Amino acid sequence: MAEDQFTGLNNPDYPIPDELKQNVAITTLDRLYNWSRARSVWPMMFGLACCAIEMIVTAAARYDQSRFGMEVFRPSPRQCDLMIVSGTVTKKMVPQIVRLYNQMPEPRYVLAMGACASGGGPFKEGYNVVDGIDKFVPVDVYVPGCPPTPQALIFGFMTLHEKIEKQSVTTVPWYRRGANEPVPVPVLGPDLIDVRHAPLLRAEAQQAAEQAQLADDSLAYDEPSSLEEASAD
Amino acid sequence: MTEATPEQSTDTSDPIAYLQSKFGDVVSEDTRDGYSGIVVDPRQLVDVAQTIRDDLGFDLLSSASYVDYLEEGFFEMVYHVYDTRVGGSGLNFKTRTDREEPALPSLVGVWPSADFQEREAWDLMGIPFIGHPNLKRILTWEGFEGHPMRRDWQEPFYEEDAKPFGTRWPGGQVIRGEMTNPYGMNVQYPEGFTLDGWSPEGDDAIYAGLSTPETASGVDIQQIRTDQLVVNMGPQHPSTHGVFRMTVTIDGETVTKLEPVMGYLHRNHEKIGERNTWLMNMPYTDRLDYLASMSNNFAYAISVEQMLGQEVTERAELIRILMAELTRFVSHGWFIGFFLNDLGAFLTPSVYTITERDLILDLFEAVSGSRMMCNYFRFGGVAYDLPEYIGGPAVKPGDKARRLDTYKFLDDLINERMPRVLQELRDYLIDNEILVARCVGVSTISSQDAIAYGVTGPVLRATGIPYDLRRMDPYSLYEEFDFDIPVRYNGDLYDRFVVRVEEMYQSIRICQQVLPRLKETEGQNYWAGKRAYTVRVPKGEHYGHAENPKGELGFYLVSDGGANPYRYHIRSPSFINLTALEEMCKGYKVADVVAILGSLDIVLGEVDR
Repeated sequence: MAEDQFTGLNNPDYPIPDELKQNVAITTLDRLYNWSRARSVWPMMFGLACCAIEMIVTAAARYDQSRFGMEVFRPSPRQCDLMIVSGTVTKKMVPQIVRLYNQMPEPRYVLAMGACASGGGPFKEGYNVVDGIDKFVPVDVYVPGCPPTPQALIFGFMTLHEKIEKQSVTTVPWYRRGANEPVPVPVLGPDLIDVRHAPLLRAEAQQAAEQAQLADDSLAYDEPSSLEEASAD
Repeated sequence: MTEATPEQSTDTSDPIAYLQSKFGDVVSEDTRDGYSGIVVDPRQLVDVAQTIRDDLGFDLLSSASYVDYLEEGFFEMVYHVYDTRVGGSGLNFKTRTDREEPALPSLVGVWPSADFQEREAWDLMGIPFIGHPNLKRILTWEGFEGHPMRRDWQEPFYEEDAKPFGTRWPGGQVIRGEMTNPYGMNVQYPEGFTLDGWSPEGDDAIYAGLSTPETASGVDIQQIRTDQLVVNMGPQHPSTHGVFRMTVTIDGETVTKLEPVMGYLHRNHEKIGERNTWLMNMPYTDRLDYLASMSNNFAYAISVEQMLGQEVTERAELIRILMAELTRFVSHGWFIGFFLNDLGAFLTPSVYTITERDLILDLFEAVSGSRMMCNYFRFGGVAYDLPEYIGGPAVKPGDKARRLDTYKFLDDLINERMPRVLQELRDYLIDNEILVARCVGVSTISSQDAIAYGVTGPVLRATGIPYDLRRMDPYSLYEEFDFDIPVRYNGDLYDRFVVRVEEMYQSIRICQQVLPRLKETEGQNYWAGKRAYTVRVPKGEHYGHAENPKGELGFYLVSDGGANPYRYHIRSPSFINLTALEEMCKGYKVADVVAILGSLDIVLGEVDR
């Protein structure tokens, strides 16, 4: 067995007898837990737009995503660890994306691939475009580019692995008490409605009504003055 | 189909005179400066359209565009029709309706290909089409407020009518759209809108036409009590090549009805395009059919050049053709991989074709700086000359092995590698038992139906119509090259596959002829004309089109003489080819639907725009 078999995992502060060195690894639970998780991140088979093509290319022969234990693209969100938001998020699509995110089991990660998923990109000003998926679901890694090259995406994966390796089993949110609240699914109305905006919507409507009332009042105030003017003539 | 009427003037060489002799005042010539074609009174539009189709022989309704003339106070529908037997520059006719109370007759009865395009015009422009069988929103959703392509409709992040915006950096500090929006994101609501007592419209409209039982194969389904199921495929589905959704009514496993639902990638190319300058739209065309960005550039560049009357240098034309044909190879290669994926071979064939694609993308990256979104064409030429060297992505400093001389790289690629790999793919796939069993005789469509549904590209050529714009309405230098238009006659999945494989051979043939001429023109000018930030296009309209890997990509452009297009309409082949999807799927099994959709080779960036 090679000496570096447990590199990154085996970091003993205890002396290990020579005859056991090849067979015994002493490490922390966090390291073992994160080591196994970071090396088997299964992405969702979920492409949105142009970036999806580069995502597929990353999985193909030249860039070979399976070097990172990530080649297993799963079509079902129930079996995924990572959602790669690969492309422009439109208002019509975002309810489905949020629903897919809610269906993913913890621990789950989101990687915003490309300019559009990160912040709207070249289509930000479009009426049907959401300016960044982070308005709805929490994003762990942003990968810039339009589209990012496969190298950039791989760097994003490595950044995600670093993030995973820094987590601790004692503090991770998914082992805490209490249910994990799902992200409320936005609704398609006259425009995309984030239901968390309901109080804001009411306040805006009230403000608009008050302004209309004010405009009415000023009209009502004008009338007698014009009457006075009329009677003065 | 064509029945010449003996008593009428039978001289159909001058369509306007012929139509005027038949319809009189209903038809008039468009005399506006820079415009051409016929203006038809909407009351007799259907009759005139029928005459244009039957007597004049324009059987393919290629594009139906809509323009909002805000100041003149009318909406205009512009139809471009072509004759698939002789090709040529076709005919355009238009009809107008008042902005305040718009209404137009539907042409779905004459050309079924008007179906989705009229729905789009209703959705984005708010023109109701009387007699349309299924008039509902197509790219946005039911309940969406307003019709966004109207000139006076403003999006939430609206800044100014035309770029470059003066307001982007007031006082040297950028103000982002979300900073001024009360909701902090790209949304706007009608005044006084709250969620109290409001309920969303949901998907009722989509399912409305699907669940009603109908008689299939002469038997009343209600009597024999079979279950009709409505199945949703997509928008998150591995087979739909992106975010496409099909609602399918199945009887057992047989498809009885199918309705494509799209718009999940509607990125508002056209609205953004109207704000952009002419040149700014070039990188946006990359993102239409993102597997064939060079071809999209090509179509847009020639459309604007034809408006400008701009000459293109020979070297630029040669580089353009080389890039367009390599793109066709890439796109069809991708199709082969993912069509097999749809048939159940999973990713293995794709891995082989993606490997070849990566080599060609190395070239694209070397010439344009980007692998996929090349943004390489300019009005009058291309942005850069071919570079001296081409490197792979794994180039280390001083790594000579991957720094290849461009012409040597191209020689190897075009004369050695591409033919060999294609032959390999062909040997393994074309007589493959599984492929033949799954594809032969499935989803046959007749050439008449295909033309009626507006299908173009390899899918049309698989039905026996040699309609290829490179030959039918030649552009660039294609007339100088020797190549064939592959045609098959059954119109089934297998023929669509074979036509594409044969087209890849023809692309290699063209590249092989381009290469020596590229060497000859080494050092010549690759960009004619002024290298300005933008161009001023003379007032008028133009419809320019080119043969993309997926079919006919057209741009209907209207200029008011300013720095920005007044109208920028994209006729995308994937979108219009989908019109025939229901016809192709009816009566086949639900497992075939996946393959049939794959055989159309749609790209969602282009379908939804």
